[in-house]
Amino acid sequence: MADMLPLLPESLVAGMACVILLADLFWKRRFRPLLYWAAQGTLVAAAVAAYEVRGPAARPLLHGMVAVDDLSTVLQITIFLLTIVVFAYARTYVAERGIFKSEFFVLALMGVAGMCVMVSAAHFLSLYLGLELLSLSLYALIALQRDSIAATEAAMKYFVLGALSSGLLLYGLSMLYGATGSLQIGVVASRLAALPAHDLVATLGLVFVLSGLAFKLGVVPFHMWIPDVYEGAPTALTLYVGAAPKVAAFALFLRLLVEGLHGLSGSWQEMLVLLSVLSMAVGNVVAIAQTNMKRMLGYSAISHMGFLLLGLLSARASGYADAMFYAIVYAFMTLGAFGIVILLSRKGFEADRLEDLRGLYQRSPWYAWMMLLIMFSMAGVPPTIGFYAKLAVIQAAVGAGFYSVAVAAVLFSVIGAFYYLRVIKLMFFDAPIDVAPLRGGWDLRWILSLNAAAMLALAPWTGTLIAVCRTAVHGLP
Amino acid sequence: MVSLSEYLILAAALFAIGIVGVFLNRKNLVVLLMAIELILLAVNLNFVAFSHFLWGISGQIFVFFVLTVAAAESAIGLAILIVLFRNRRTINVDDFDTLKG
Repeated sequence: MADMLPLLPESLVAGMACVILLADLFWKRRFRPLLYWAAQGTLVAAAVAAYEVRGPAARPLLHGMVAVDDLSTVLQITIFLLTIVVFAYARTYVAERGIFKSEFFVLALMGVAGMCVMVSAAHFLSLYLGLELLSLSLYALIALQRDSIAATEAAMKYFVLGALSSGLLLYGLSMLYGATGSLQIGVVASRLAALPAHDLVATLGLVFVLSGLAFKLGVVPFHMWIPDVYEGAPTALTLYVGAAPKVAAFALFLRLLVEGLHGLSGSWQEMLVLLSVLSMAVGNVVAIAQTNMKRMLGYSAISHMGFLLLGLLSARASGYADAMFYAIVYAFMTLGAFGIVILLSRKGFEADRLEDLRGLYQRSPWYAWMMLLIMFSMAGVPPTIGFYAKLAVIQAAVGAGFYSVAVAAVLFSVIGAFYYLRVIKLMFFDAPIDVAPLRGGWDLRWILSLNAAAMLALAPWTGTLIAVCRTAVHGLP
Repeated sequence: MVSLSEYLILAAALFAIGIVGVFLNRKNLVVLLMAIELILLAVNLNFVAFSHFLWGISGQIFVFFVLTVAAAESAIGLAILIVLFRNRRTINVDDFDTLKG
């Protein structure tokens, strides 16, 4: 029993999801707001548990199915924090749209449990099951607003492409199994080292695994679902889809490519260069043409994932730490941006067009400044934390000798600055169309302010945060 | 006696048919779900073939899990299909154009 203790965070989240589901059946209607607090309490408790059960060295559990190490601890705590913020932003929004039901919290918590399994996976099976637990929860969550045509269509598109990408990933895993004879990630890594270089079956497996992972992360040319899902899903769920699952997908890259397929790093570096440059180009250029805020942020997500890959393609530990820092910073930035969209929306009005941001400064100077910080951070303007994150991944690419990729990254981030600055221009220099007062619960207002202010306030501690990421990835090859 | 490579070729063919089915099918969402199922079955065949000819039992255990997840996946897929049909009164893939992608 003692060796099950490190699995406490996952078990807590999954168990509480079941408790909440049952409680909603027996509770009277007026107790329904308690669902929210139960979900938040679960996440806080799980974050504390994850911190308490941390350990210095990787500990394989359940016959090597999962391994709890520094990487999984840091990423799990990040995922819990991100989800707490998502719930806080989403509370009023889901209540106004009639989806404040136990299903929302149960599916979201199940997705969190899936992500926790993904980040601590040490076996193809646990990795696949965690990924599917997350994906199946996401498909259902997006379709939760079942009378909305856009939401159900987005859910269908996400389902088809998500299932396809799982198929690609699985086909790749089966090839790797064929080449190495093991499903254990550590054993796969050591057996790959014994294989001749450019073993056909292993390389084929790598290509399929990488395409499956690229689908999950949403990088070009596997990005088709991102803009549609971001636009079609209710904003509260776009928030959920856009933040924590990106961190979890990044963890899959670390677990599979870095830990498992390090022996093929020469091959996957070249593929990642291609994915990274294409994502930065397509994401930043196409985002300029968007008129829908959520769609624009979707393309911005694609370009940010391109930047994230810059850190990974260096194939060295410091680069992984930089990429991890980027993933975490990006997740919080995107929460802030969608938080503003949620703040502006109300029942029957989604505030998801760019024009809806017009004149925000006259309506609420405070939130206009907050949005300015988030946009600066996304564009990578110093001294916000987004700048340091971009700097770190570009340095990682330069350090590994990918000079032309680094130059391309700088150029594309300049192009990208245009559409972030356009948002700022709309907010500060245009007259408002919609003058309704801003609403939103106290939790949304406080956490949103905190979230945006952190973009500036945490910048002096960038070094400390990157050092935390360094200790997290020290076990990787 | 059927050899390993013949199984792998069959699995690859099924996988390719599945992928082509997802991308070329513009008529019917149910056919699309079937194509996804075909992809997963091709993967299963791969695992079983490898584990039978080379590496022992572990691949076959994996297949059990894939089958279970595939069942859950198609259940969710059909559920989404039904809410979509209620909203749009069609399951023609080309008609789903509310979102531009």
